[in-house]
Amino acid sequence: MKIDKNTINKIARLSRIKLDDKESEDYIKDLNSILDWVEQLNEVNTENVEPLSNISSSILPKREDVSNDTNSSEEILENAPDKLEGFFAVPKVVE
Amino acid sequence: MNNIIKGEKHDWEMVIGLEIHAQVKSNSKLFSSSSTKFGSSPNSQVSLVDAAMPGMLPVINKYCVEQAVKTGVGLNAKINNYSVFDRKNYFYADLPQGYQISQYKYPIVGEGKVTIDFKDGTSKDIRIVRLHLEQDAGKSLHDQNPSKTYVDLNRSGVALMEIVSEPDIRTPDEAGMYISKIRSILMYLDTCDGNMQEGSLRADVNISVRKPGDEYGTRCEIKNLNSIKFIKQAINYEVKRQIEILEAGGSIEQNTMLFNTSTGKTRPMRNKEEAHDYRYFPDPDLLPLEISEEEIGKIKTSIPELPDELKNKFIDTYKLSNYDASVLTAEKQTSDYFNESINSDPELKKHAKIVVNWITSELFSLLNKNNLELNNSPVSPENLGQLIKLISTNEISGKIAKDVLEDMFSTGKTARQIVDEKGLQQVSDQEEIEKVIDEVIATNPKMVEQYLDGKDKLLGFFVGQAMKLTKGKANPKMLNDILMRKLNKKN
Repeated sequence: MKIDKNTINKIARLSRIKLDDKESEDYIKDLNSILDWVEQLNEVNTENVEPLSNISSSILPKREDVSNDTNSSEEILENAPDKLEGFFAVPKVVE
Repeated sequence: MNNIIKGEKHDWEMVIGLEIHAQVKSNSKLFSSSSTKFGSSPNSQVSLVDAAMPGMLPVINKYCVEQAVKTGVGLNAKINNYSVFDRKNYFYADLPQGYQISQYKYPIVGEGKVTIDFKDGTSKDIRIVRLHLEQDAGKSLHDQNPSKTYVDLNRSGVALMEIVSEPDIRTPDEAGMYISKIRSILMYLDTCDGNMQEGSLRADVNISVRKPGDEYGTRCEIKNLNSIKFIKQAINYEVKRQIEILEAGGSIEQNTMLFNTSTGKTRPMRNKEEAHDYRYFPDPDLLPLEISEEEIGKIKTSIPELPDELKNKFIDTYKLSNYDASVLTAEKQTSDYFNESINSDPELKKHAKIVVNWITSELFSLLNKNNLELNNSPVSPENLGQLIKLISTNEISGKIAKDVLEDMFSTGKTARQIVDEKGLQQVSDQEEIEKVIDEVIATNPKMVEQYLDGKDKLLGFFVGQAMKLTKGKANPKMLNDILMRKLNKKN
C-alpha cells in the first residue's frame, strides 16, 4: 500500500488536522516508510492464526456497578472555553 | 399478511431491518462510576473518563456485561465467550473522546431470533444478527441559540446494547410489533427500562424497496426514532419516496436520513458528501472480554420466565388463543395482573377467557380514559377476580358488571360491597321472571299477535321490556328461555 497526496488529505480531514503542502509531503514520506516497515509482517505465514487484539496475557479487570454521587458540573466545565448554565457551548453543529 | 404495495407501474415490496439501541438499566456507566440517572442537571454526572480527559482509562462495569449476556439469552442468541472492544472514530461535539467504544468484529452476542404474533393467529420469526455493547453519546441542544450548540455529557458513556435485526421485516406494523416484542423481552429481563420517551430505547430503521422476488434494493437509514408511531410514519413516508423515485426512472442513493416528527417527512443528513469512514480498530485501553461457560450458565439461572414461555404456558393451562396469550404477556405488568387475578379464586381458572377479556377490554379502557397504568389500577387483581366470579356464578349479569366495575374504579369498593349496597343481584328466580314475562305478554297483546304471525324480530322488544321491569337484573338466559316457551305455547 502506498500513501499519496489524496490519501494524506483524506486522513488529515478525518482527523481534523490542517496540513500545508510542506507538511503533507513530510507525512507522505513518514507514513510510507512506516507502512513499508510494517509490511514486512506480510512475509510471515499467519494461516490458521487467530487475530490478536492485545499482547497482554492478563484478564480484563472489571468493576462493580456502583455509582459515585458527586456533582461533577463545576470541575468538568472548568476548562471549557465557553459555557452557559451548566452546558458546554460550542460552535453551532446542525445536521 | 398482505405486504404488496401497488405502485403506478407495478407492485413493490418493502424490506426493513432495525438497529435498536437499548440503554442498560444500571447504576453507573459502562466504563466509569458516574451515575446514569435521567433528568439530572447538565454535566453533573460526568467523570474525567466520560469527558475524555487525557490519561484517563476505562474500566468495564461487570453488571453491564451480565445484562448484555442475559439479553442475549432472552433473544435466543448465541453468547460469544470472546468479544473485543473497538474504537469507532468520528468527530462530533457530544463525543469528547473523538471515538465511541463499541464492538465491531467480535460482538458479545451473535445470531438469535424473536417471534412476533399476528391477530389472525399466525406468527413470524425475525432473525437477530448480533447484539453488541457500546457507549452512548452526550446530548446536543441545537435550537437554543442561533450560533451555538449546547452540550450535556450526562448521557456520555452510559451502556448501550445495540440489537441488529436481519432485513426480515416487511410492513410498518411488523416493525412496530418487532420493537414492541424486543421491548417486552428487555422489560421482563429487567435489563432496560424500555422508556422510549426518555430515549432509553430508540431505533435506526433501514429501508429499501424491491419488486417482489427481486434482489434487495439500495437502502436508506433513518436515524434515531424514539416511538413506535414515528417508526411507522417514517417507514410509510420513506417507502413512498423511494417508489416515486424508482417509478420515475431514477435510482436510490444510499443515505442516512433524519425524520422530522412535525412534518412526518424524511430528509438526508447534510454531511453526506463525507462518506462514513469510522476506521475501527481494537481499543488498546481494553483487553478482550472473555466469559466462561460457567459464568454464562450462572447468568442463565437468573433469567425469569420470558413472554414466549409464559404465553405457551397460558395457552396450555387455560386454553387461550395464541393472540390472547400474546396480548396478555406483552407487558410484564399485564401477565402479573392476570396471574394474580386468576389465582385469587379456584373457580376463575375455568373462566380464563372471561378474565382476559375483562382485563384487556373493560379494565384497559377505564385505565386509558383516566390516564393510568395497570400498575396504579384502583381495582386490584383480587377484586377484579371477585367481580368475574359474580358473573360466572350468575349472580350479576355481564352488563351490570360493567357498571359495577366503573363503581369499583371510582370508589375503590369491592364488587361484593357494590352489588349488596345497590341490590344488583341478578334475578334467577324462575317464578319472579315468569311473573314479569306474563305481565309483558299481557300488556302487549298486539305485539304478541304480530310476533305469532311471523315477525320474529319482536322477540328483542319483549326481552327489552322484561329487562326494563327488572332493572336489567334478570338472568338473560333464563329470561330468553322462559319468554320463548311462553310465546310458543300461545301458538
